[in-house]
Amino acid sequence: MKAFAQLFLSLDETNKTNEKVKILKDYFLSVPDTDKMHMLALFSGRKPKRQINATLVRTWAMEMSHIPEWLFAESYQVVGDLAETIALLLPQNDKSSDKTLTEWIAEINDLGTKNDEEKKQWLLDSWAMLDNQERFVFNKLLTSSFRVGVSQSLVIKALADITNHDAATLTHRIMGKWMPEDYTFDQLVQEEGASDDVSRPYPFFLAYPIQETSEKQKSTDELQASLGNAGEWQAEWKWDGIRAQMIKRDGQIFIWSRGEDLATEKFPELHPFLNALPDGTVLDGEILSFSNGLPLPFNILQTRIGRKNLSKKILEESPVAVIAYDCLEYAGEDIRNKTQSERREILEGLQSVTEYPEIFRISSLIKFDSWIELEQERTRSREMVAEGIMLKRKTATYQVGRRRGDWWKWKIDPLSIDAVMIYAQKGHGRRADLYTDYTFAVWDGDKLVPFAKAYSGLTDEEIRKVDNFVKRNTLEKFGPVRTVKPQLVFEIGFEGINRSTRHKSGIALRFPRILRWRTDKPMEEADTIDTLKALLG
Amino acid sequence: MARKPLLEFTDSGIYCPQGKFYIDPWKPVDDAVITHAHSDHARFGSKRYLAHKLSEQVLLYRLGDIQLQTVEYGEKIMKNGVEISLYPAGHVIGSAQIRISYQDEIWVVSGDYKTEDDGISTPFEPVRCHHFISECTFGMPVYKWKPQKELFDDMNSWWCQNVKEGRASVVVGYSLGKAQRILQNLDLSIGKVYTHGVIENTNEALRRNGIILNPTTRITIDTPKEEVRKGIILAPPSSVGTPWMKKFNPYDFGYCSGWMSIRGAKKRRAADRGFVLSDHADWDGLISAIDATGCEKVYLTHGYTASFSRYLNEIGFDAHEVHTLYGDDEGEEEPIVLPEEVAINQTKEVAE
Repeated sequence: MKAFAQLFLSLDETNKTNEKVKILKDYFLSVPDTDKMHMLALFSGRKPKRQINATLVRTWAMEMSHIPEWLFAESYQVVGDLAETIALLLPQNDKSSDKTLTEWIAEINDLGTKNDEEKKQWLLDSWAMLDNQERFVFNKLLTSSFRVGVSQSLVIKALADITNHDAATLTHRIMGKWMPEDYTFDQLVQEEGASDDVSRPYPFFLAYPIQETSEKQKSTDELQASLGNAGEWQAEWKWDGIRAQMIKRDGQIFIWSRGEDLATEKFPELHPFLNALPDGTVLDGEILSFSNGLPLPFNILQTRIGRKNLSKKILEESPVAVIAYDCLEYAGEDIRNKTQSERREILEGLQSVTEYPEIFRISSLIKFDSWIELEQERTRSREMVAEGIMLKRKTATYQVGRRRGDWWKWKIDPLSIDAVMIYAQKGHGRRADLYTDYTFAVWDGDKLVPFAKAYSGLTDEEIRKVDNFVKRNTLEKFGPVRTVKPQLVFEIGFEGINRSTRHKSGIALRFPRILRWRTDKPMEEADTIDTLKALLG
Repeated sequence: MARKPLLEFTDSGIYCPQGKFYIDPWKPVDDAVITHAHSDHARFGSKRYLAHKLSEQVLLYRLGDIQLQTVEYGEKIMKNGVEISLYPAGHVIGSAQIRISYQDEIWVVSGDYKTEDDGISTPFEPVRCHHFISECTFGMPVYKWKPQKELFDDMNSWWCQNVKEGRASVVVGYSLGKAQRILQNLDLSIGKVYTHGVIENTNEALRRNGIILNPTTRITIDTPKEEVRKGIILAPPSSVGTPWMKKFNPYDFGYCSGWMSIRGAKKRRAADRGFVLSDHADWDGLISAIDATGCEKVYLTHGYTASFSRYLNEIGFDAHEVHTLYGDDEGEEEPIVLPEEVAINQTKEVAE
């Protein structure tokens, strides 16, 4: 655990990519193979199951540190992270431990069979032998909240450097539903072919935005200059659903979401068409709610994500279908190195013979002869219920991860409205102990009605100023939330707007964020609820 | 008839109506008693100042030509029948708690303080009183400092490592207090200590005051970069990310502050190394200091006043929050710099 805790700390303390890779390599070279696999599992989001619920962990931590509950809660507000709060509050350790990461995780997994009294004793003993930094990482494992500020691609790069494999192969080999207990380091780095897990998905290819923000509009001339002739590109609508990879191999089907969650059971409507695909087929596409052949806004789909049981009612209200846009494996062969056009042809072939064309849809190509024409088409995005346009180079291979060059997204400009900040709450992580989470309101007559929360969009300098304002202009405190003197006006951007019965304002926004701080606007000039409702269309 | 309290909290600062003087006022007044020379406590514009002897040169450097009377710790001064005496606060060199006594009532204003002996400031001394006005910048139980020896061992080995790998070491800390504390605890067998002009000006003021500091070299345009890279550079928070700092590339920068104990705050600073080093008392330090005064009432001026006073009340103190303008920066991160000070420092730095 010492090595793992040090790894975490060292990665935290540098922003330099080369330095991070070096730290990762040093770690790999210094720990046993089983620790390597546990580390890879954790760094790729495969957390051990939570064996003690968070409330008990908190309660025992409060007991051990002699802190009343309210003070614990306020400490958490200051620190912005539960595992870290506990690590800081516990008394200093009087023992130490040389157990490896593998041993600790095995102990955590064994807790399942123990009663609360045994769990408590184990936890208090464990805390007493871990130092501050070890405890922090340990608490993260224990509460299943392990996240790390280093991209998977850097971990893969370090691994590739020490194993002499190429990064793409390794990226592929650590995908899918393995756990460190059943996948060994030897299997991972063996010479030929990854172990034959039929469920294993391919790494997703992700697009870069062609314009960073809506303020940096790209003209058609600039597109010509950076992308070349329009004829070299294929364009599709950018759908706003759940990105998914669908696999049919050996008579079995698997649906993977972008977060590498196996979501096969969440979308029963897709099973018939997937089962009908030939073995050795992998499709990439977007899952969306559909009604009468038209995609429904994302919030309809949202109502069924996260539900454990899909009731008949939900399936009726939010039926899903797939808009497929790529084919990665055909007749059991990995075809990611074929060109975009070749893969498209194969995809069209598969789709043209499906008996479920309402469910297995294909992302239609937008016809255009010039960038000017495409720019015109882009203005129709909202009526197509799309977020904008995807551009794919006709000769593009299907690559690994987010890369510049062959796939670009060209999103439409967000809708926007000027609103007044009325509540503020402290943030988490690097925004801990700063007021960074705000609630915004618009005018309804002479009253301000809250309609959106937003967390991002301000610079660090602006956050510092707003934080200062909040601290000096608090009207009331409700737990962690402060009511703030209404005064500051912000332009809030969002991707879509829908009616909602759950919100006081009667509307719900998609992806609200702060576009800019309108220091030039007095709060009287903020927008009204009617302006907002007019956007409902 | 209840007597008027000896000290009251007014729009201009903490005021003693009987003695007709203020303590650390934030508006210009006739008579100001100053706890220490940090800019949120010692402000420009008052007619007469009273402070500790070791603050003299720094105050004159920071506030310009002021009318300043200085005293030793423990020395008694009378103002309109009210007795004033200063006791060490251990915060920075020359920092003082102000003890006010009139008839049978004693008040103590802590200013900022820390309970650990840093080896350079006169160590904190608890003073018995009826009313204690305390800071609580780090008044949350998540703030617990390690002994400074551990910290400086870490810093010295970090410096060694940087020298070995050919990187400059830049240590960032507030120019009065933190900078000298670091300077006195560095292992000078590793290399020389270089200073940013703002810090060196403060060092010079302290040396004029008779304080013996380890040798330093002011960085000027002519200082050879190769030389500097083998040493360690002391820089103020305002220099982070400026071209001045960037010219030392490649460098590692360590940020020294109590806030560095929280991962989020550390990430915000984007420092290569966060050293948890504070000139304020930590949670345990605050509670033990308050307890040692034996006070009947404690007033909390800045920091986590709401939570800390609630906790103190729960464990049996009579604690109150008061609103002041101290610690605008919540302590030590970015102290308010008066426009005058910036102007003075900039012209000085350009001239050299």
